[in-house]
Formats: sequence, structure tokens, C-alpha cells
Amino acid sequence: MARYLLLKHYRRSSGPDPLPGTDVPMDRWTEQEVADHLRFMDAFADRLRERGEFVDGQALAPEGTFVRHGGEGKPPVTDGPFAETKDLIAGWMVIDVDTEERAYAAAAELSAAPGPGGEPIYEWLEVRPFLGQEPPTDA
Amino acid sequence: MAGGYAVRPAGMAGHRLWRRWLDHVRSETARHRREQADLDQPAPGPTEQADDTLLLLVLCCHPSLSPASAVALTLRAVGGLTTRQVAAAYLVPEATMAQRINRARRTIADQGLGAGSARDLGRVLRVLYLIFNEGYHGEVDLAAEAIRLARQLTTAADDPEAIGLLALMLLHHARRASRFAQDGSLVTLEDQDRSLWDTALIAEAVELLQPALATDRLGEFQAQAAIAALHADAPSAQETDWPQIVGWYDELHALTGSPVVALNRAVARGQADGPKAGLRALAAVPDGIPRRTAAQAFLHERAGEPARAAELYGRAAREASNTAERDHLVRQAARLRQPAGQPSAGTSTVSRVEEADG
Repeated sequence: MARYLLLKHYRRSSGPDPLPGTDVPMDRWTEQEVADHLRFMDAFADRLRERGEFVDGQALAPEGTFVRHGGEGKPPVTDGPFAETKDLIAGWMVIDVDTEERAYAAAAELSAAPGPGGEPIYEWLEVRPFLGQEPPTDA
Repeated sequence: MAGGYAVRPAGMAGHRLWRRWLDHVRSETARHRREQADLDQPAPGPTEQADDTLLLLVLCCHPSLSPASAVALTLRAVGGLTTRQVAAAYLVPEATMAQRINRARRTIADQGLGAGSARDLGRVLRVLYLIFNEGYHGEVDLAAEAIRLARQLTTAADDPEAIGLLALMLLHHARRASRFAQDGSLVTLEDQDRSLWDTALIAEAVELLQPALATDRLGEFQAQAAIAALHADAPSAQETDWPQIVGWYDELHALTGSPVVALNRAVARGQADGPKAGLRALAAVPDGIPRRTAAQAFLHERAGEPARAAELYGRAAREASNTAERDHLVRQAARLRQPAGQPSAGTSTVSRVEEADG
């Protein structure tokens, strides 16, 4: 069994370009299109649960703050939010599946979520394997 | 050749005898397999002697189930763990694990029982080894659970491979306390504190393995157990019987054809015949096999090429599939990049290698 992160991006500065005509921001969709999209996402998570593959799914607020250590005894230093950040993660799903192919199939299924006109949005999802904690027993 | 072999006695003379006996078994087995391959087929189906446990195990490891489903169902139905415990052990939500188990049950119900066969036993062994290798998360010790199930299996089925698997698990388990340092970092076999090894478990495994090997029905778990027994037998990494370990890896490779075995054999060759021989053997191992780069780094370090080794350790760290190995490999790279005259604390590998070579 292997664990994968399916990462959804609002925006990316690297990686493949969106398919032509599929990058209409969600706030320009109709109410019905948004509702259908969200319903699809819920149903997708339910299908993963039913298959015994669902681990976690979370959405992130679009705006965040950068924080770092401010020095001994000093408060944390903050910066941002940056409205124009090029890399923005929208949320993720964590799945526990038998094979890498199955992880890709699940990502492709998610990528077919409906968008404007009820058409699949063909969104690029980033699939990343989790690192385990321990190696199998040494021979 | 069955019978008449004493359990390995303590002391060096016993070590030598035991190793010689293992060597004898291996060459006999190899000859035997070449001469009468047909006779080496697995024994008649285990269901003939099966009790309920065996039937249940075979059922839970049904061919139509994925390994993960078989693992979950085995732990629930044979191991008697609760769904919550199985879920916690595999770090998934309880509802997810409940579904996985339910689906597995439904699949078996749809497929029907089918006739048990010796091939089913092979699947059971692989599932138990998967459980064993999952180790320990939370409240359930899966390694101990796998050993418990393997014990039940060897009681129900008189099969040398089942015994080989149990012996292998016991030998690995015996080293458990030495596999991680106080700070949680990985300790390689070479650097493990051998005084922490559980000699009672090792003795039990050897006692099990001897008659299994003497049946002359060698399989991959028996061969792996023989290798583990040779490691367990060595008072130090330097005193390991590497030539015989290479011989057993040859056996294992003949049985499985696995590139992972070829990789381990190359590392053993490096120990037995020197790093250059190891690197030559490694050249035949396909790229992309897990730990290939780490093995390459290790052999280049032994060959006295620290800069090349450091670069390879760094690459191996990026390819690692778990954090313990990744952190270990990063430390190896850092150690080799240390300026001369500033040896990092607590790492003795290089000096000990020099001693061994000199």
C-alpha cells in the first residue's frame, strides 16, 4: 500500500500549462456550475472512502502569512499576505492505494471534475508519494 | 542428510560447524535442483492437513484480493484485531479501514471458496511477510503479530517455506533493538551493537531452519533465512561469512530472478571479493531498483573514492522512500564531505573499513 498526496493548485509558477480554455477562474462560473463542481468533489471523496482508500482531504484559504524566527527572545517576524503570490495551493487529498497507477487513475478522475458548461476542467493535479518512516527490515 | 544435526552450540567451534553445514546444504540443494527439478515441486496441497486457521488464512489471502486488502482482512479475521486497531496500525481513518475489510469480505463471498493449493500457501506467506515488514505503529506490534500468525501457520501446515518465513522473521526480530539509535536514527547492520541481538530468538530460528533446509525443498524464504542466520552468526561485520552469503544470494537469485536480490548480491560480492567486484556485479542491476544508488555509494566509498561516494549518497537520499533511510544517507554524504582532520563524532565506519582492508 502506498500513500499519495493529490495536490490542487489555485495558481502555479511552474509545471505544465493548463489546457486552452480550461483556466476560467471559479468566481466566473455560474452558481449551478460551482454547485455541480463541489458536489462532484464530495462524491469523489465518498468513492474513495467506499474503496477504502481515503485518508484525508482539506482545503486551504487562499491567503497566508510568511513567518520566521525573529531571534532569541524576540517575537516572530511576519510578512505578507502577498496577493500576487504565483504559487498557491488550494487544497489536497491524501489517498492510500495499492499502486502508483491507481493513484494516477484517482487523480485523473478528480481532474475530470465539471467546470463551465458542465465540461471536465482537465485540471493538472500534482501527485506526490509520501515518504514512509522506516525502511523494511534489512537483509 | 536429515536428522543428526545438533542445534548450533555456543562458541566459535559451533559457529564454524553451523556455517559449514549451511554451506553443505546449499551445494547439495543446488545440485539436487539441477538434477531433479521435477522432484522439487512443492509438496501436496496443505489443505490435506489443514485446520481452521490454515483455511482461514488461505481464504483471507484470496487471489482476487489486493495485498493491502488481504493484509487488512487477515489481521481482522485471523489476528482478531479490531478494525480500529488495524486502521491505527496502517494510519488510515477507521471508516476507510472498515470499508477495505468489508469490500474484501464481499469479494471473497462473490468469488467463492475455491480449492486450496500449495500456491495459496505462497500467497499467505507473502501477506504475513508484508504484515511483518510494516513494523510498529501505535498500540499494535505488527511484527509480533505476523510472527504469531506464522507460528500458527507452521503448526497447521508442515511446509519448509512456512518454517523458513518464521525463521526469517525471528532472525530479523532478534535484531530489532539494535536497528535504531537512541535518537531514532537508523543503524545499519554493519554498525549495529550485536550484544543487543536476542540470542534466544536466533537460536530458535536456527533450530527451525535446520530441518526445513534438510527437506531439500528450498524456497526463497528459507534462502533469505539462511542469509539472515549467517549475519546473526557473525560476531562482527568483518567476521561475516561473506563468500557463503554470496552463495546463498546466487541460490535466491536462481529461485526468484529478482533484481532486488541481484542488488543485495552485488553488495555481498563487494564484501566478499572487494568493492571493484561489487561494482562490476552492480553494473548488471537495472537502474531504478530501490537502494541501487545507495549501494553504489557504499561500494565507491569502500573503493576509496569519497568524493564520488558523497555525491552518490546525496542522490540516494533524494531517491529514498522513507525518512529514516533518507536521513541516514544525508549523514553519510555529510560525513564524507567533512574536511580532512575533522572526523565527525560517532562515526567509525571509515576507520573500521580501513582496518578491514589493511
